[in-house]
Amino acid sequence: MAGWRGQADMAMKSTNQKAWFFVLPVVALVAFNALIPLMTVVNYSVQETFGNNVFFWEGVKWFEDVLHSERFHASLLRQLSFTGIILVIEIPLGVAIALTMPQKGFWVSVCLVLMALPLLIPWNVVGAMWNIFALPDIGLLGRMINGIGIDYNFTQDPTAAWFTTILMDVWHWTSLVVLLAYAGLRSIPDAYYQAAKIDGAGGWAVFRHIQLPKMKRVLTIAILLRFMDSFMIYTEPFVLTGGGPGNTTTFLSIDLVKIALGQFDLGPAAAMSLIYFLIVLLVCWVFYTLMMKDEDQ
Amino acid sequence: MSMITLKDIRHSYAASPADDMDWALKEMSVQWDNGGAYALLGPSGCGKTTLLNIISGLLAPTEGEVWFDERNVTHQPPDARNIAQVFQFPVVYDTMSVYDNLAFPLRNRGIDEAVVDKRVREIGAMLDLSDTLDKRASGLTADGKQKISLGRGLVREDVNVIMFDEPLTVIDPHLKWLLRSKLKELHQRIGATMIYVTHDQTEALTFADQVVVMHDGTVVQIGTPVELFERPQHTFVGHFIGSPGMNVLPCSLDGGKAMFAGRALQTANAAPAGAKGRSEIGVRPEFVRFAGDGIPVNVVKSIDLGRFRVVEVRHGDDSIKLLVPEGEEIPADGAYVSFDPAHTRVYIDGWMAGAS
Repeated sequence: MAGWRGQADMAMKSTNQKAWFFVLPVVALVAFNALIPLMTVVNYSVQETFGNNVFFWEGVKWFEDVLHSERFHASLLRQLSFTGIILVIEIPLGVAIALTMPQKGFWVSVCLVLMALPLLIPWNVVGAMWNIFALPDIGLLGRMINGIGIDYNFTQDPTAAWFTTILMDVWHWTSLVVLLAYAGLRSIPDAYYQAAKIDGAGGWAVFRHIQLPKMKRVLTIAILLRFMDSFMIYTEPFVLTGGGPGNTTTFLSIDLVKIALGQFDLGPAAAMSLIYFLIVLLVCWVFYTLMMKDEDQ
Repeated sequence: MSMITLKDIRHSYAASPADDMDWALKEMSVQWDNGGAYALLGPSGCGKTTLLNIISGLLAPTEGEVWFDERNVTHQPPDARNIAQVFQFPVVYDTMSVYDNLAFPLRNRGIDEAVVDKRVREIGAMLDLSDTLDKRASGLTADGKQKISLGRGLVREDVNVIMFDEPLTVIDPHLKWLLRSKLKELHQRIGATMIYVTHDQTEALTFADQVVVMHDGTVVQIGTPVELFERPQHTFVGHFIGSPGMNVLPCSLDGGKAMFAGRALQTANAAPAGAKGRSEIGVRPEFVRFAGDGIPVNVVKSIDLGRFRVVEVRHGDDSIKLLVPEGEEIPADGAYVSFDPAHTRVYIDGWMAGAS
């Protein structure tokens, strides 16, 4: 409360502008490695080029094309479905695993190391691992699934391809949610659990009224990170399925690379990049604002 | 409401306690009368919280039994004991309103909403929370949150005992006094047994009718504030309570008489003949005077506290503190002090000699 009044007082006084000088180096750095490269994309997105550094002004034509393109709609839908599915699996699963992890003793470090392992493996290695692992003829997973009588071939069957891609992502990234949720759980003082015991709260009530609210911040971060990462996923599905069979696992990034480097349509690719970027930015902003809304009250 | 009896309890956090040091609580039997206001006083790490958690059921004692009236509750969980506990740091359910926080323990027990509403409003009014019932609990100040913690205990009918574990730690100094008066008032109004854990003697002495002083996992004395001041059963009590604490001076024994500075001192108690162990005399600064004759001392320093001064003097290696009222002379070198015989006691191994 006192903090709020303090801030209001500060706003009334004249603000010290000197601080901006301290921010300048960062602004310069960000401009150099983010804003300027982004501007070249903007440059491509409004012009047509046939090489030789010759450009023709096109205005918003590429943006209109991309927004009306069925191919883009299909990729976007695939992307949203993929991200939605992995979030629905990874967040509850991560929280559930974090809840069952030991709170103290020797097994804490064992669990943490085991959890961190998948996160340490490079993305293309994960893709390659799962590719071999899931091959129906020689892969351990592929052989097993076929062995129990289910016809499984992720290189030909879209359902199997999706199943494998999602399983791979869950394997690779649930740990991140586990680690964040675990950190959130560990920060809850014992007194909360003791008070809950005295108040006669059951396991569900403890989860609903103590653990979940206390994990809210870390889960917000977890969801944001998993949303951004999965929404921009490229390497793993590219190595695993190459976007196939057909283009059933061609997510936005894969499609973007196909347009930019496969077809060399730089204008539409640049326009698509910007739309892609704005979608990520918008979703993150809306989500974060909603999650933090009652925090500020 | 009920009388709480701890029978021969001992507690250790070690899996297999071997020596004396492994016991966080050494063997004790304590009885807490119905409706009493108790303070559990002692330095950090003396076992206060352990004892409290054994009463509330958060811990099961390694040995011994806990009885609420005629009921053995040793192995009952906290919610079955009908107790309330307020913790050092405020515990509120952040996402709930103040109202829902207060209603939580009742709803967990499946009590009818109409009854819940009546109780919550009643307790809210009692704790001056009526105006904030609809607010989010997380938005309240620390003292408001502590009131909610307390309220969650009080909403249940017939609470056996309300326990406070250093509840004023995070409260602003000027609110501490208010909240403490509120607790006092509540105690008179609802008449429940209250146990208040603190390491602050002022809090303990102003809150409680009976103060339980703990030291090193042992209850060293249970008594009224006056008893603790006038008849400390243990040098620790003398030292811990009072400001400055009691002077504890090594002495030798000669047939039950305490010998200090080469002279026999008149004391209120006598050591039994043939007593063995470390012998000391204890006398509070309030009962030491400058005198024309007695123990020769040098004045070391004097601290002016307004209405009186705390003067530190030395006899050989022993430092003695005494209180000198305002306006009284402090003699220069070559001074003598004398002890009030009625308030000078002999202690053997820390315990008052001749005490049962």
